[in-house]
Amino acid sequence: MPPAAPRSGDAIFANVERVNAELFTLTYGAIVRQLLTDLEEVEEVNKQLDQMGYNIGIRLIDEFLAKSNVSRCVDFKETAEAIAKVGFKMFLGVTASVTNWDADGTSCSLVLEDNPLVDFVELPDTCQGLYYCNILSGVVRGALEMVSMKTEVTWIRDMLRGDDAYELQVKLLKQVPEEYPYKDDE
Amino acid sequence: MQFFGGSEISPLPPLPTASGNNAHMMYVFNRNGVCLLYREWNRPLRTLNAQQDHKLMFGLLFSLKSLTAKMDPTNAEKGNLGVPQLPGQGCSFHSFRTNTYKLSFMESPSGIKIILVTHPGTGDLRESLKYIYNLYVEYVVKNPLYSPGTPIRSELFDKTLDQYVRGLG
Repeated sequence: MPPAAPRSGDAIFANVERVNAELFTLTYGAIVRQLLTDLEEVEEVNKQLDQMGYNIGIRLIDEFLAKSNVSRCVDFKETAEAIAKVGFKMFLGVTASVTNWDADGTSCSLVLEDNPLVDFVELPDTCQGLYYCNILSGVVRGALEMVSMKTEVTWIRDMLRGDDAYELQVKLLKQVPEEYPYKDDE
Repeated sequence: MQFFGGSEISPLPPLPTASGNNAHMMYVFNRNGVCLLYREWNRPLRTLNAQQDHKLMFGLLFSLKSLTAKMDPTNAEKGNLGVPQLPGQGCSFHSFRTNTYKLSFMESPSGIKIILVTHPGTGDLRESLKYIYNLYVEYVVKNPLYSPGTPIRSELFDKTLDQYVRGLG
């Protein structure tokens, strides 16, 4: 029998290399700040953050799989739990809770009470349309795409915009079956 | 006079002695069938060119996986043979052995396939393949200069890999 998949990422989090939380927060802040200067449009910054997150996600999934011993999830519910309890803990040091399932189990919300990205952050009036943590939605989307799940990830609640928590909606669009990659005549 | 040999139809090839290395070669593929890495330590016989060889290996694994899932007596849910499965669906094999070599196989849910071909007397290599997957993460995935989906060119990774595989029993 393979070892059971961990229910929480605490043990892994304790073993991986970590950086100082403030350094992490401030570095991320500096990146967002720089993007705002470079791209000017808040919408463009949202897009860019999402793209950066995606690029992180498609690499991060391998580290997640290699270190977490999560081998397969029977359904999307288990996947969501693994992201919330193991994934977020491993890479961000916090856990999320999974709520708001829809009837057919293809869409749910990850709720973050505590978000290390936003310490010391206040949005000025000029950036009201900014999804400051949009990188996270990109990471989740990229990582899930590598395990053949096409998803749509959107922010529902954002504390920087006056809500009471961070809520990320993950919607499963389709699962891509594995295909033989070569054509016959090659 | 004996026509049919002893109990074994053909004896195991002699254990390599010189380097203490009993691995023949290794492949790493991604989901799209791109051979990310090919390492060779001891392969006296080559019949195909490299590209055909990689394709044949990938095709073998792909078909074998589909076959093993189809033959699974414990699982009622199986598609038709050759019909693509979702990743993680169905069972999978982790090694097969012939009288001249043993092939060990690991696939991650993200589609990375690691194949190690060794002497047939080698024991269970599942943990070793997992370790190699971890090396891949540390040396390849975390390298910002590496673009995902392209063949790996990293001397450091090759060296670490060689060292590790040399130490395998």
